[in-house]
Order: sequence, then structure tokens, then C-alpha cells
Amino acid sequence: MNHDAYPDNYIRAILNSVKSIAMVGASPVNVRPSYFAFKYLAQRGYDMIPVNPGHVGKELLGKPFVASLSDIERPIDMIDIFRNSSHIMPVVEEALMLDPLPKVIWMQLGARDDVAAAKAESVGIKVVMNRCPKIEYGRLSSEISWMGVNSRTLSSKRAPAPTQGMRLSLNRMSVGGGDTAASDRAARNKTEQS
Amino acid sequence: MSDRLPGFSTLAVHAGAQPDPTTGARATPIYQTTSFVFNDADHAASLFGLQAFGNIYTRIGNPTNAVLEERVAALEGGTAALAVASGHAAQVVVLQQLLQPGDEFIAARKLYGGSINQFTHAFKSFGWNVVWADSDDIASFERAITPRTKAIFIESIANPGGSITDIEAISTVARKAGVPLIVDNTLASPYLIRPIDHGADIVVHSLTKFLGGHGNSLGGIIVDAGTFDWSTGGKYPMLSEPRPEYHGIRLQETFGNFAFAIACRVLGLRDLGPALSPFNAFMILTGIETLPLRMQKHCDNAKAVAEFLAGHPAVASVSYAGLASDKYNQLARKYAPKGAGAVFTFSLKGGYDAGVSLVSKLQLFSHLANVGDTRSLVIHPASTTHSQLDDAAKVKSGAGPDVVRLSIGIEDKEDLIADLEQALGA
Repeated sequence: MNHDAYPDNYIRAILNSVKSIAMVGASPVNVRPSYFAFKYLAQRGYDMIPVNPGHVGKELLGKPFVASLSDIERPIDMIDIFRNSSHIMPVVEEALMLDPLPKVIWMQLGARDDVAAAKAESVGIKVVMNRCPKIEYGRLSSEISWMGVNSRTLSSKRAPAPTQGMRLSLNRMSVGGGDTAASDRAARNKTEQS
Repeated sequence: MSDRLPGFSTLAVHAGAQPDPTTGARATPIYQTTSFVFNDADHAASLFGLQAFGNIYTRIGNPTNAVLEERVAALEGGTAALAVASGHAAQVVVLQQLLQPGDEFIAARKLYGGSINQFTHAFKSFGWNVVWADSDDIASFERAITPRTKAIFIESIANPGGSITDIEAISTVARKAGVPLIVDNTLASPYLIRPIDHGADIVVHSLTKFLGGHGNSLGGIIVDAGTFDWSTGGKYPMLSEPRPEYHGIRLQETFGNFAFAIACRVLGLRDLGPALSPFNAFMILTGIETLPLRMQKHCDNAKAVAEFLAGHPAVASVSYAGLASDKYNQLARKYAPKGAGAVFTFSLKGGYDAGVSLVSKLQLFSHLANVGDTRSLVIHPASTTHSQLDDAAKVKSGAGPDVVRLSIGIEDKEDLIADLEQALGA
């Protein structure tokens, strides 16, 4: 997988197929990005599990915190890692001990570890790095268009009127032509420099 | 679902606009409302805390304006955009995110006269200091860089003389200095030049001109290229530091490659207030649907008129980058191969008086202070748009006393040439 620019179909297939998501580094502080993403994904119908050893015994939006991935007593489809790039590898190593293995490992905006990614991909796990699932869900459903963001999707089909908590269709035509190639290029240059 | 690469004209018609989910309306409805009902208290709190996508109040966002924003972002190849009340408002909102009092920004000297006034006088009272550089001398930008420099501002096609700016060369200076390059792309429109492809980090427009295109609605827009890393060195605290307005959110960390557009919306537009009317957004959106058709006709007409003027005995010189003999023709071939725009100047052998006489005799060209209308327009900058500059500054910005500026419309070119011929000849 080219981790500089993901095809929309790759992201779409992931968000359409996963049901349970363990969020490592989920924060109960309501101005942290992890809190935003956790709440949004829960509202869109994903089975969210907050993982943070510092908050065991408490709940995040009604879901009990667990200390580690191994404490989760049901199969996990996707692990969403809200940690800095330097803390990714131990999480991936822990994920590789799970049985069954997760289908997807997702690293948040700003987080990237190509060695850890290769390790996960070698056992058939799909990897996404330096992206936010909330932003990608909002983009592919075009919900993010309310914020003036270039969703890079087009549709002549009428969407259902959105109601609270509903899942949105991500199956709109993707258009590379509404590209943000310049932004992807800048991100790649930054990775190469560091 | 496949990843396709649709063309510019398809995006001009479709980007950002889907059928209205509630009514099925195919044209984008005008959501002429100040405010939007919340589902419940939690939804309201999520929206105010920037945790959910949605609408609160039209000063922060509006569904009609959002279609316009996404469309222009798509046409420019940016990650996001923010529509505001005018091109001038776009410039205030952009620089408010980048500069603290005492900071500097470098601007090309050849600019729209209104921008020169805004930068020189209005921004001075905010403590934002403009330092001028010369687009024909790239080294002058390098020399102007200081530790307080926060941005570089240029026009892709510069007002009023229609000169073409070497965006890539100036973007190299900006990158080296670690500051964003802001490009005003009003006179080119993304149909002719996409500055982000040449290294711009932020693009601004007066939508009032070619994008709206019909001379009927004011508007401005800011496009975020998603290319600049705002986190380095604490130089841009509006983006990198916890914002007290939002209980400590860091915008770059939360919104990634469209954080600048979000900052402009939730810190700039929200607090400064220059919101675009949804009605104007609708008019401008309708205009953009025909941008590729109009822009090509504007350019083709402009070239024919410029060639006519260049051969006329009463004309001393024509400044149009689309002419093979022009100083900027090489840059035009590189940056704007489809056409060099439709706004240019020429000077008359008869000087100031001949300029005034020409303007009064024209029957089809309208004498007014705008550009980028379907109608052809004429103005004498020295006595109008650039009248507040002193004589030396007028000449430096390409608006000397003998200069007349044209904005060529989409009428039949034969009629435009005939009108000029009778006005010059009599």
C-alpha cells in the first residue's frame, strides 16, 4: 500500500466493513481530538471501545475504559491509535498477539510508523496512517462539506435526510480531480525530511 | 465506485452540490436563514465545541455558502475553503490568522489599488506591517525577509497591467523562509492558473470578478492548500497553540490539512463577522457553472482587442501578456497557456487628457470601477482606483496618468473593436 495517498476505495472498504473499533489513547477530555473522533464514530453506529490504562474504572460516553487491547473480550475489527509516531510499535506488537487478529490498524493524523505498518501488513492487516477516521467518514459521506471542506466526491443522487445517529452512505463517486495532490505532496516531503 | 479524474468543467458544475436531501431540489437552494435548530443540548454542545459537522449560525457557516466553498476548493485543488463578504474581507481574515501586532508580511508592489490601500493604511492600525517587493526582481523578496516576516502576498495576474507573476520562484523564497505564500488569483481564476500547483499555500479571490462573473454580487473566498506545516516553531499560534476561544483546542492537531480554513472560519469569520449572504453565494455559484466557457471567451476577446490597440496610431503601448511582444509573454505561456486573462492596460500618446476623452466617448464599454464582468469595462486608474497613491507610486504600480485599463467582456469582439476605434479616432 502506498501510504502517501490512499485510494478512496481502500478507505471506503475499511469504513464500510468494520464494526468494532478499539481506540488506543482515547481521552475523556472533551477538547482532545480522540474524544471528538470517539464520539462521532459512536454516533455513526460503530461499537467503540476506549483503551487507556490511566482511566480504567471510568467510562467514555457510556463505554467502560479498558487498560489494554488484551483486556477486550470480543473480536476487534479495527484498532485506531491516538499516540505519537514513537509509541506506535508497542501497540502494533500487542495487536499482533490478538486472536483473532484485527482487520485494520489505523494511525491518527500526524502518526506514522512505516516499520510497524509493514509488520502488520505482512500478516494481512490493512493499515492506514496519518488520517482521521472521523474526517474520512465525513468526507466520503460528504457530511464534511458543511465545513467547506473539499470532500472530493460528487453525486447526482438524492441522499436520505440525515437524522441523529444514522449511518451515512459512503458510496458516492470519488473524484481525484477535486484533488488535494499538493497537500499529499507536502506531507510526503515532510516524511522524507524527518 | 471508482477513483476517477473528472475535468475542470465537470467540477465547475458539480463540485460541492448534491440534490437537496429534504426536497430533492437539484439547483442549490438559497438557505436564507440566520440560524439552525439543534437536535438537542448535546448536539448543540458538540457543534459549538467543533466536535460535530453541522450548522449553527450563518456568520459561521451556511449550507448554500458551503457548496460555494467546496466548489472553489475543488477547482483550485485545495483541501477546503471559506467564503466571506468580499475579497478585502478574505485578506483581513487570512492575515489575522498569521500576524500578531508588530509582525510583517511582504507584498508585491504591483497589486490592486484597493489592496495597496488596505495593506498600507488599515493594516497599519492593526500593527501589521507591509514590506513591498518587486515581482520582476525575485531577490527583492529574499532581501525583505526578517525574523518577523509571517507571509508573502502576490497576485497571479497583477492588477492593473495584467503582468504575470513567477509564482514558483516566489514560492521557493517563501518555503526557504518558512512562511506561507498567499496568492490572489482573482484575475486569472482557477481556469487559467491554479496557484497551488505552483507552490501557493493559500489562495484568495474576490468572487465579485470572474468567478461570479456577472457583476451582480460581491464575495470573497479563502482556499487552504493544505500544504503548510503550522506547528513548527510556535510561529503561528492561532493554529498551533491551544485556543482559549475553544477550551484549549489546537486547530492543526485536530483538523490536519484543512486547519487553516477552519481557523479562518472559527476564529476569523466568527469573531470579525464579514459573512457572505447566502443569496450572493447562490448567484456566484450559478456564475461558476459557466466559468470555463466565459473565461475562454474573455481571453480570446482580450487578445483580439489588445492586438487591435497595439496597431493603432493613437496608442503608445499595450501591456498585455498575451501579446508575443510583451515582457511577460514567456511567463504567460508557462503559467496561463489557455489565455493571459482579460484585464490589461494601454497608454495613449495624448496622455491624461486623451484617456479622459476616450472614456467619455466609448458607447459599449462601461466606465466603472470593477473588472471581470460579462460586459466590457473601462477605467482610468490614475483618477479612480489608484488616485490615492502619489504619482511615483502610481507609475510603480502600473497606473501612470496616461494609462487606461480595460476589462474585456464576452460580447462579440468586432463590436468591442469598433467601439474603441470610433472613440480613439474621433
